[in-house]
Amino acid sequence: MTTEVSSLVRTRENTARVRRGRGHWTAWAFLAPIVIYLLAFYAYPLYRNLDLSLRHYTVRSFVQGDAPFSGLDNYRDVFADPAFGPAFLHTLTFTVVSIAFQFAIGLALAVFFAQNFRLSATLRALFLVPWLLPLIVSASTWSWMLNSDSGIVNHALGLIGVDPVNWLTSPDWALTSVIIANIWIGIPFNLVVLYSGLQAIPCEIYEAAALDGANGRQRFWRVTFPLLRPVSAITLLLGLVYTLKVFDLIWIMTKGGPADASTTFATWSYRFSFGSLLPEFGPGAAVGNLLILMALFFGLLYIRFQRRQA
Amino acid sequence: MSTLRSAAALALAACLLTGCSNSTGTGSGDGGSAAGGDYQIWDPYPQFDDSSDWVKLLTKCGTDAGVTVKRTGYDTTDLTNKALLAAQQGNSPDVLIVDNPVVSTLADAGVLTTADELKVDTSAVEPNLLAAGQIGGKTYGIPIGANTLALYYNKKILDAAEVDPTAIKDWASLTSALEKVKASGKKGITFSAIGTEEGSFQFLPWFWGAGANLTQLDSPQGVASLELWNGWLKNGYAPNSVLNNTQTTSWQEFAAGDFAFSENGTWQLANAKKTGFEYGIIPIPSQAGGTAPAPTGGEFVTAPVQSETARYAVTEKLIACLTSADNALTTDTTLSYIAATEAVQQKQVAANSELTVWVEAVKAAKGRTSDDLGTKYPKISQPLWTAFQAALSGSASPADALKTAQTTAAAATK
Repeated sequence: MTTEVSSLVRTRENTARVRRGRGHWTAWAFLAPIVIYLLAFYAYPLYRNLDLSLRHYTVRSFVQGDAPFSGLDNYRDVFADPAFGPAFLHTLTFTVVSIAFQFAIGLALAVFFAQNFRLSATLRALFLVPWLLPLIVSASTWSWMLNSDSGIVNHALGLIGVDPVNWLTSPDWALTSVIIANIWIGIPFNLVVLYSGLQAIPCEIYEAAALDGANGRQRFWRVTFPLLRPVSAITLLLGLVYTLKVFDLIWIMTKGGPADASTTFATWSYRFSFGSLLPEFGPGAAVGNLLILMALFFGLLYIRFQRRQA
Repeated sequence: MSTLRSAAALALAACLLTGCSNSTGTGSGDGGSAAGGDYQIWDPYPQFDDSSDWVKLLTKCGTDAGVTVKRTGYDTTDLTNKALLAAQQGNSPDVLIVDNPVVSTLADAGVLTTADELKVDTSAVEPNLLAAGQIGGKTYGIPIGANTLALYYNKKILDAAEVDPTAIKDWASLTSALEKVKASGKKGITFSAIGTEEGSFQFLPWFWGAGANLTQLDSPQGVASLELWNGWLKNGYAPNSVLNNTQTTSWQEFAAGDFAFSENGTWQLANAKKTGFEYGIIPIPSQAGGTAPAPTGGEFVTAPVQSETARYAVTEKLIACLTSADNALTTDTTLSYIAATEAVQQKQVAANSELTVWVEAVKAAKGRTSDDLGTKYPKISQPLWTAFQAALSGSASPADALKTAQTTAAAATK
């Protein structure tokens, strides 16, 4: 009896082990598509980009694939480049100012639309237009509007007696112009995410706050803002990552000019690799990697912030 | 039922996969057999489809050589990278038609065969045009035609301002013409000073026209040419938007009818007829008088290196066909280019006397990568466009801007 039981137990254990072994393989088989996908489309390109940035590429060695390893030379060159300081500063200014305005205006609009007045849904949909337009269309339109001589903005300024501004062609204004356009493009994203965040705040809390005698301003700063914090954090993070690498808008509007006045890391990296007749893939990849590092830094900051919240 | 369906899906997927690999496999440069088979031609003329004269010519040249031609048209800015990548992967096209300043880059990368190796006859080609494809005493490819820059003018505006375009022979007479135009209430001149290669292309006629040399950007002659542009902007003879204008947007400004002059290329001739106003063309004057050397535009027909050298015999036939006198005339008329050989140029002028100015301009023109600059040119061009952008936008004086540019260029080309 006991032997029978023990043998039964043993066979059960065996089948379980077999099953576990087979399950192991099945699990890997199920995992394989995503693993292969991640390796092929994330890990390998990242590795290639890192590799590109650590080698001294000329067009000849690019074709023949025998570029000598040059360590951090490309990074040293990039740091020593007189364009580095301004490009870094422009990247930070572009990102921080864009995000600040996008978030503030997006939040204001979200609170406004949360009141659900008549036609608010239609109006909200209209605000999404910048998001729906292809970037080449909106950027070209902005660049026509801001044209020094025939742009509608300068024409309008002329009507109220203000001197024309060289929006895209003056070193003092070029960065401001691309920031303005970028804010306009980013507002809908902030509006949509923050609006859905507002929907998740229960009405009872507002009612309670109203009963306690909180006025509108207090209700916003004491109720809405703190309860919206998790949503705000993710909106800001996504906005940061997205804004850091904005390239097409700046390239279409100013090409990073005049004379580097609106060059950010993204346009600088592009110009190294593809912007002249002679591609310089090494420094281009190095600048690209610096961008990845900056995005990573903000990502880690977000994770820390989230942990502290939890 | 579901197993049946998934089996069918699998079979379909397999068909698709094999189908794909079949069609791409035979097309690639090293995939086909040496005799007969498919020959790949890449060109930067995506505006032409299969019904165009250009593609018909390619097909005919293939048929004459006893092969099938597979043609792909790429955007010109895209083509350099595509060609480099293809060379890296070992599937370069048999014939590559590429913008002339890129030839030296590709030759430097070891991507192109020399004209000697391919036994292509380049003797009839004008030497100043061929120079863009010559590096270290070797010739890579043969120009299919050339274009360059000149000044288009709006006749009505010049008449109203009492300016005689034929009297414009040097910078002083051009600037005084602009002054008169401005006084008559119209706008002076439009060009492209954008911060890309296009801007450098437009600046070079003035730079070279002052007698400056690309190896010394901050020479007094170089500074004089930038001061000319700068003066036009300061005095309002040229709009501030030139800093952001491509050659196309600058042309649109001219075509709107408010500008007296536009610095633009041969390729706008067809559009000039559509503007609806009377226009004329004069060569770009040099500082001291006479025609300034403008940079040559236009493509070279080149043959990328193949692992199967037996293919070169057919490639040579294709190139000879494309650049033969009769076909060059068709091609250059289609592309609105000036031919690269004297004989065909004469035919073009005989057919259309309007081209006389352009033939003269092309004769005076100079390749950007000529003077054995080769791959140094891009490293000089970029500081140069940064310099004129800085000066024209007012962030540096012409002399200072060019001084910085020279330091950068010297360091980059060391």
